[in-house]
Amino acid sequence: MKKIYGSAAEALDGVLSDGMLIAAGGFGLCGIPELLLEAIKENGAKNLTFASNNAGVDDFGIGILLQTRQVKKMISSYVGENAEFMRQYLSGELELEFNPQGTLAERMRAGGCGIPGFYTKTGVGTAIAEGKESKMFNGEEYILEEGLFADLSIVKAWKADDTGNLIFRKTARNFNPPAAMCGKVCVAEVEEIVPRGSLDPDHIHLPGIYVHRIIQGEHEKRIEQRTTRKREA
Amino acid sequence: MPWDRNQMAARAAEELEDGMYVNLGIGIPTLVANYVGDKDITLQSENGMLGMGPFPYEGEEDPDLINAGKQTITELSRTAYFDSAMSFGMIRGGKIAAAILGAMEVAENGDLANWMIPGKLVKGMGGAMDLVAGVGRVIVVMDHTSKHGDSKVLKECTLPLTGKGVVDRIITNLGVLDVVEGGLKIVECADGVSEEELRAATEATIV
Repeated sequence: MKKIYGSAAEALDGVLSDGMLIAAGGFGLCGIPELLLEAIKENGAKNLTFASNNAGVDDFGIGILLQTRQVKKMISSYVGENAEFMRQYLSGELELEFNPQGTLAERMRAGGCGIPGFYTKTGVGTAIAEGKESKMFNGEEYILEEGLFADLSIVKAWKADDTGNLIFRKTARNFNPPAAMCGKVCVAEVEEIVPRGSLDPDHIHLPGIYVHRIIQGEHEKRIEQRTTRKREA
Repeated sequence: MPWDRNQMAARAAEELEDGMYVNLGIGIPTLVANYVGDKDITLQSENGMLGMGPFPYEGEEDPDLINAGKQTITELSRTAYFDSAMSFGMIRGGKIAAAILGAMEVAENGDLANWMIPGKLVKGMGGAMDLVAGVGRVIVVMDHTSKHGDSKVLKECTLPLTGKGVVDRIITNLGVLDVVEGGLKIVECADGVSEEELRAATEATIV
């Protein structure tokens, strides 16, 4: 099966439609599928729900799809860096479901592993627990959280081989593997596609079984907070 | 004189023991890293890293290498990277010995509020709820009172909770308190702060 596509638009053809639940990798602006997000903007698909830890900034990441009103709902743990997001949310145009960060990551992982629900201590006794089933294990209370099953996953990796085996780089791995796992179809954008056999099988972070389509492209990789230290003289 | 930010961070660093894996929150907790001295401490960044190093030198920033506060950082010889599900797996699984984090309010039963103020802009809880529910020991570092002079160490939190009964120790500019049966116990007062002053600034029951 051929997994390599010529462009982000081609890779989304036939797998993107209105009203979908899309799981997106990335943390802040690090390791986000920036080319695929741009292609979703060009495509114009509407009423999308995104499960993504953050919502980008106004002009980068998921933020660009908020500008075009393509997003109906966000499932996120932190959305602080996006003024347009706040405007749409406060005016009721955009739905928001807060998930604790680890709960969101585990919901994706669980979805990808065929686990429809799991119990966690995270959020017990807080607003997050409201309306959720709870259960005692060994004298401690846990709440039931549901696995997340996305229609489409979009992720960013460093390298792929042509069978879809992925390698990520440093903290740009973040939500990408769990996001990739939980989708019916996963499209990955990478910096480099190499022939099969060039990646050490022991060093694959995400096996190609989870990855259906791959594109290669140039990434801006914007830095959100540039912090440095002085060189000692 | 109450402790300043750096003195609070230095005091919090005394909580850390050789060999610990630790998660530091944003703000004063970040400064704790400057005071660990010779202790062998591994810092976790919950986006997916163990062995967090200092900020990079100018020109050496790597967009693929950031901490949970989205700041550019560096790796160390001990560093390991992993995905966010595994990262919170080790947090939820109790593998992280301690988290040091800031707070808006703490109550005498260990309740912690640090993620939202109703009616104000809500940014989200990030990983705070997972951390306080999962790590071995939760140490809060914060000012004892608000800028209006109201106690932040309360009988009951007024703000929405981040975690229920999760705090073990509170380090403020006025001293150190432990959450114990029936209320808070004074562990020590900041240099030059009397026990009376500490009690007067505390709404919570001191036992």
